Order: sequence, then structure tokens, then C-alpha cells
Amino acid sequence: MASHHFDHVDRSGSVSGPPSAGDYVFDRGFRGVAWLSAVFILVLVVYIVIEIGGKALPAFSEYGFGFLTSTTWNVQTGQFGILPEIWGTLYSSLLALIIGGVFGVAIAIFLTQDFLHGHLAAVFRTIIELLAAIPSVVYGLWGIYVLIPLLRPVANWLHGEFGFVPFFGTSLSGPGLGPAALVLAIMILPTVASISVDALHQVPYKVKEAAYGMGTTRWEAILKVMLPTAGSGILAALVLGFGRALGETMALAMLIGNSNQISLSLFSPANTLAALLASSFPEAGPVEVRALMYAALVLLAITLIVNAIGLAVMKFATRKFEAER
Amino acid sequence: MNATPEMTAAGAASASAPTGAIVMNCQIDRVFYGDFLAVRASTVPIEKNKITGFIGPSGCGKSTVLRSLNRMNDLIPIFRFEGKVTYHGQDIYDRKVDPVVVRRYIGMVFQQPNPFAMSIYDNVAFGLRLNGFKGNLDERVEKALKGAACWNEVKDKLKNSGLSLSGGQQQRLCIARAIATEPDVLLMDEPCSALDPIATRRVEELMLELKEKYTIALVTHNMQQATRVADTTAFFGVDISQGSRTGYLVEMGPTRQIFEDPQQKLTGEYVRGEFS
Amino acid sequence: MSEPNLTATAELIALGVPEVPRSLPNLNRAPFEIRALKSGFLTALTWIAALLASVPLFSVIYRLAIEGGSRLDWEALTALPPSAFEQGGGFGNAIVGTLVMVGLATLMSVPIGIFAAIYLAILDPDSRLAHSVRFLSKALTGFPSILAGVFVYAVLVVTMKTYSALAGGVALAVLMLPTVVLAAEQAMMMVPKKMKDAAFGMGCTRAQVIWKVVLPTGAPGILTGVMLAIAGAAGNSAPLLFTALFSGYYLTSLTEPTASLAILIFNFSGMPYDNQIELAWAASLVLVMVVLVFNILARIIGRQKH
Repeated sequence: MASHHFDHVDRSGSVSGPPSAGDYVFDRGFRGVAWLSAVFILVLVVYIVIEIGGKALPAFSEYGFGFLTSTTWNVQTGQFGILPEIWGTLYSSLLALIIGGVFGVAIAIFLTQDFLHGHLAAVFRTIIELLAAIPSVVYGLWGIYVLIPLLRPVANWLHGEFGFVPFFGTSLSGPGLGPAALVLAIMILPTVASISVDALHQVPYKVKEAAYGMGTTRWEAILKVMLPTAGSGILAALVLGFGRALGETMALAMLIGNSNQISLSLFSPANTLAALLASSFPEAGPVEVRALMYAALVLLAITLIVNAIGLAVMKFATRKFEAER
Repeated sequence: MNATPEMTAAGAASASAPTGAIVMNCQIDRVFYGDFLAVRASTVPIEKNKITGFIGPSGCGKSTVLRSLNRMNDLIPIFRFEGKVTYHGQDIYDRKVDPVVVRRYIGMVFQQPNPFAMSIYDNVAFGLRLNGFKGNLDERVEKALKGAACWNEVKDKLKNSGLSLSGGQQQRLCIARAIATEPDVLLMDEPCSALDPIATRRVEELMLELKEKYTIALVTHNMQQATRVADTTAFFGVDISQGSRTGYLVEMGPTRQIFEDPQQKLTGEYVRGEFS
Repeated sequence: MSEPNLTATAELIALGVPEVPRSLPNLNRAPFEIRALKSGFLTALTWIAALLASVPLFSVIYRLAIEGGSRLDWEALTALPPSAFEQGGGFGNAIVGTLVMVGLATLMSVPIGIFAAIYLAILDPDSRLAHSVRFLSKALTGFPSILAGVFVYAVLVVTMKTYSALAGGVALAVLMLPTVVLAAEQAMMMVPKKMKDAAFGMGCTRAQVIWKVVLPTGAPGILTGVMLAIAGAAGNSAPLLFTALFSGYYLTSLTEPTASLAILIFNFSGMPYDNQIELAWAASLVLVMVVLVFNILARIIGRQKH
């Protein structure tokens, strides 16, 4: 073995010696386990996709793409369609994105453009992080017993006065799209905020200096310089926030009303893919389970695509600044 | 310093015949980083119980050569060493040699002090524990810290983090860590460049004490440091004749001779400060 | 030279017309100038947005304290869940169930996550495997939690022919994994290169460098990630719907269904009985406290860096 090559060297007094056999075994074993763990993760993700896809295949062959456009969900007749759910998922997430996105970016601006000093900034940042920490079910509970009662008078007034506008077409009796979207907005706000904060931090200081040096007011600097420069990062934040909204389950299952209808009204009950899975699965028989697997696959596909786009945009955003360094 | 004025070097890439036992002999054919030829043919013998200084302008490859002596350059994927480095007669670049073993016998102190994020005691004991030392740890740690001239400063705070010390103290801690296992050879890569003049002076004094027991190879960009501590000095130059900057050994000999009576024109120009 | 006509100047400024300096340019603040007004207005809007965003948090905490607090007592913490018309009862089994499943999930995800991060951060960061795993981990953070439940259902529940705490634990582990991997990778990459060089210089094998230097030095960061992952797992309910289901009794074996705080809240929130709803609030309070504790712990540990 290699270690013997230096045996003839006078080693008296010195403590040094080659690694023991045990050390070599540990080295190889340790590195092997690390490699295996990395491979495991790769295999796991592939397996997840295959498994869900595989289970969805029988349903796919049975219903084909009509599954995506049909609106009936009838266990007795075996007719299944998830168009209302697709609609509900996209519509609620879009609403959440508009509200949560605007607030999230506003908060990111608030935190990074010197509006708060030292401790206050840390406190506020903590508040936002805690918002993210609250579990989905608790938001659902709060939504049912606090938010909906609060919203009901407002919603019904809006319906009463502006009922002709499709958005206010129905009255809010209980759960519905509006409250669900609002809670969803609260839940994705921290995500959008934190990624936007990172994006704004990445804007080189010299750019900020240049703007102020030209005599802009604080908001002119923000709107005309900082936001556009951090543009792609903020876009990534919005896309990833949207992705998060798409996958959100529990709060929506509790607030959206689980009703398979399509409506533009903010106050009508609706359903999302995730909520459908949550509410139907526990009692589902084998036929329904197959259809639900198909729905799961659709959800997986939508979220994976949106998240991949978001990550790609984020990579593009960071590369823009690395190139400049 | 063992200056022997009778010994004169001859020709290009000249080195005076070493007077003492040679612990390591570095015989470089070519050293590459990818396609870039970093150092060309040079032979650098390292004598026992002496301080051999490597000096030269930036880009001359002195650090590369030093790091080749304990195969630290192996950590850079595109590095390629063509030649031989014999350590007590054995070529450390032999295919069968494990670089990990080489580094157990040859210690290194780096440019930036780099103590581990552990207590001072654990830093010094690191090498001892690594090599499975079963004897009295406390004793060896104390010996090493005394050998690095920082025992008195840290003896009451051995449990404090190594990172809590000042820059100069951290570097002496790193030296203590390196000598705790009493390696044969100590490689020092510009150990004082991150230190203030007072800390530098203390490390230089330390080096002169250490050479009684250890063989030291030192890279320094500070010529005066070489005159103060090095017994033998190797001067590396940069060859730009082929279009890129390739380092090579210009001249090597007793320090006094290199500085007062250099054989090569380039050496004279460098030590007189005509370029740097 | 006549005195500058200050009234006319102020009017011009208010109209947004750039002032032409006659003698000296007017450097004074003009808070009612359009640009300043716009800026002030937007600032006010932003403040309002920030305050509005904080409202839900405070509202939730307030309600939890009031509604949950009033019901939180020893019975609530230890008794079994009440059925439809019963009074009293509690969610002791749900607490145990949550702890057991989160514990299982941690045991499974943390070692794998850290070892994978070792590969990504130190051993071969530029390999194709590393790039793919890194990308997949980032993508997996946005994975809908319910799909983890669906997956484990297909793989474990069906094969074992029973819902189980084990399946619940596995589902939670799948969701914790990306957080652990990414946090651990970050923590290890922050260990300064010169420290790793020092370890190599002393003749450490690669495993020794990692085990003796990188892991201890990166431990605070890794722990922070683990704490955050645990906090997230404790609150995760969707996957448990298809894996652990629910139970009205204390857990006796890992291969049977079990209650969990999250599912209890979900089930009870929809019931028309006050008793259950009160318990839902109390359970929410307990759950949020657990989550907050881990979040705060993560923050404290995160600050222990040198």
C-alpha cells in the first residue's frame, strides 16, 4: 500500500502517520453514502412522477382529454370532468397573485428602500416571516370564522349595488371564491415578498447612487430605476408565488365551497384541483380514485411547469448581475 | 546562515551546491494549469534544518512550486505536474502515493490565517487526534503552543474559539497547529502578508527558532524578510518570451550570495528593486 | 438686481414648471411640489399596505389566544376527541400523533438531506448529478403537499392495505427533504475555503475534512434549516389525509391510522357543533405555538454564527 513508502523515514518524535485502514474505509463509505443520497433524491422525484402518472394512466385511457373539459363529477354514472376545478384553481390563484403580488412587492419595497430603521425593519421582517409560518389549516379556520363573517356584509352590499358586474354576480352565503382568494393572497405574500427582497438587494448600490445623484425623489428612484432593474427577479417572485398558490390545499378546501361550478363571481363557491382531492379522496371508491389520480396528475403538471418557469426566470435574473460583475 | 563564498553557481537556472542533507528535491519538468504552462524546468533542493526562501515577482510560480511540495495543488482539477518531487528519496508524485499521506508528513501554513471554528485547544490538538495520538494530549498541545511562542497569551483561554484571536495570534496558532505533530518539513506560503509589522517580526523570530528542529520552505514577496530569515534563497523569474507568463528558477544559493553577489543579471535587478 | 419674486416662483413650482434660476436656484424644500406630493402619497400607500399585511397575523394570533386559550386546559390536552353530540373531550391523541409523525419524518429526511447536501456542496458540486438534484430540490419546494399524500398513498397505503402513521411520516419526510437539502447545502458552502484548505493541508481525507471541519462549522445553518423544515411539517395537513387518515384513539402502533392536530382542526372546523369548534381553536393554538417555537429556535440558532 502507498502508506508504506515512507516507512523508512525517521519518524522518532513525530506523531504523524498515514490514515488507518479504518479511516480509508470511513472515507470511501462516507462519500458513497453522500452520492447515494443525492441519487436517491433524483430517483424519488422520478418515481413520484411515474407513480402518479402511472396511476392516472387507466383514467387517461378511459376519459382522454375530455376529462379536462367536462364539468360533471358524478360517481354514480362514472362521468368525471375537472374543468370547474381547473377554472377554480387558475382563477383563485390569479386573484391571489394580483392581491398578494401587489402587497408582496410593496412590502419588499418597504423593507429594502430605507423606509424603516434598524430594529423596526427586523420586527417587520419577523412579522412577514411569521405570516408564512402559520399552517394552512389555521388560516382555513380563521377564514371561516373571522374573515367570511367580516366579508359578508361588504360582499352583499357590492352584490346589491353592482350585481350587474359579473364579479359581483352572486351573494356570499358562506364559503366562496373571494374569501378563499383573499386567504390565499395572505399565504403567498411572504413568498413574493422574500424573493422580491432578494431581487432588490441584488441591485448594485452604484445604480441606486446614480438615480439619487440625478435628483430623483425616493419614489422616482424606486419606480423608474430600482424596480425595473430588479424586474426579472420580481417577475420570478410573482411566478413562484403563483406556483405556490396553485398547490395550496387545506385553506382552500375549507373556504372555497367545494362546489363544481364555473362562475366569474367573486362570491360564488367554487372548487380547485387540490380541494377536490382533499374532499373527495377519503371517501372515494376505486373508480373515483382513478379519476382523482388523473386530477392529481394534471395538478402536478401545472405546478411543475409554473415552478420550472419561475426558477428559470430567477436564474436569468441572477445571471444578469453576475455578468456585470 | 551557512554562507560558503567558495561555492559559485554557473550558467542559467543556477543553484549553488547545497551543503547540508537534502530532505526534499523538487525537480520540475513542466507544471500546467489546464493549457497554461505555469512553471518550466526548475530544480529546487530543500536542505534539512535550513530556511529556504522562494522570492520573485508576481506570477513567477513560487507559490505553485511550494504547493507542489505537499501536493496541495491536487485540489485544483486542471493542475498537472510533470516531474519528480523526492521526499527522503521517494517520489511523492508516484502514482502509488496517496497525497493524504504526504500531507501528514509535510505541514503547511497559509497566507491567510485559517484556524478552525473550534477552541484553541482543539485547533492545536486537531493534527494529533487526526493521527490517532494516544498519549498525553495536554502536554503536546502546550509544547506546540510554546513552540509557536503563544503559550503565555492563550494558556488561560484554551477553550476560547480560535477565531477570537487577533490576526497575528491566529497565524501563530496555525503554526502551533502545524508543528503539533512535529512534521519533518514545514511549508509557509507568505505567512506574514496578512499581518502587521509587529506580528510579522514575531513570526520571523519564531521561524528562526523553528529551524533548529524543522526544515522550512518559505515563499515571500518581501525581499527584506528573505534576507532576515532565509539561509538559502531561490529566485524565480517570469519568462514572457513564449507569449504567456511562465515561471522558472533563475538562481538559487546562499542568501548572502543572492543578494550581494548574484550570478544572474535578472537576480541583481530584482534584488536591487529595479522591478517587482 | 431686484429681489427674486418668491410668490411667482412658488406658483410656477406648484404647476410643475421647472424653475428658471434668476439669481440663485431655490434649494429649499418644496413639499407641495407635485413630485414630492406623489412621492409622499406613494409612501403613505406603502405604509398602509405594510400595516394591512400585518393585520391578518395579529388577528389570527388574537383569535387563537381568545378562542383557543379559553378552551385550553388539561382535559383538552389529554382527552380523546369527542364524537358528535358529546361535550368535553380533547385532542391528546392528536398531539401524540403529530409528534410521532413529525419525529419519523425528521429521522428519515434529515440524514438523507444532509448527506445529499454534502455531495452537492463539497464532493462534486459541478457534476450533472449535482446540478439536477439542486434543480429538483428547488422545484420540489413548490410541490403541492397534497400530491405527496397521493404519492405515498399509492406506494405505501395500497401495498400495506392500511392507512398508517408510518405512511404519514413518509409523506411529511418527502415534503421536508427539499428544505433540509437546500439549507444544508447553503450552510456548507458558507464554510470558508481557507478552512477546508487547512484541513486538507493537515492530511485529512475528504470525509475527514467534511466530518471534522465542514459539518461542525456549518452546524448552525444546517440546524436552522432542519428547525424550519420541522415547523413546516408540523403544520402540514394535506398529505396526512391520504396516509394517516384519522383516529379517535391514542396511537399504539406505527402501522395504524393516527390522529394529528392538523387533521383534527380540518375535521372539526366544518362541524356544526360548538364543542368541536372550540376544540379546533384550542388545537390550532397548540399547533401554532409548536410551529412558532421551532421558528424562533431556528432564528436563535441562526444567529450563533461566528
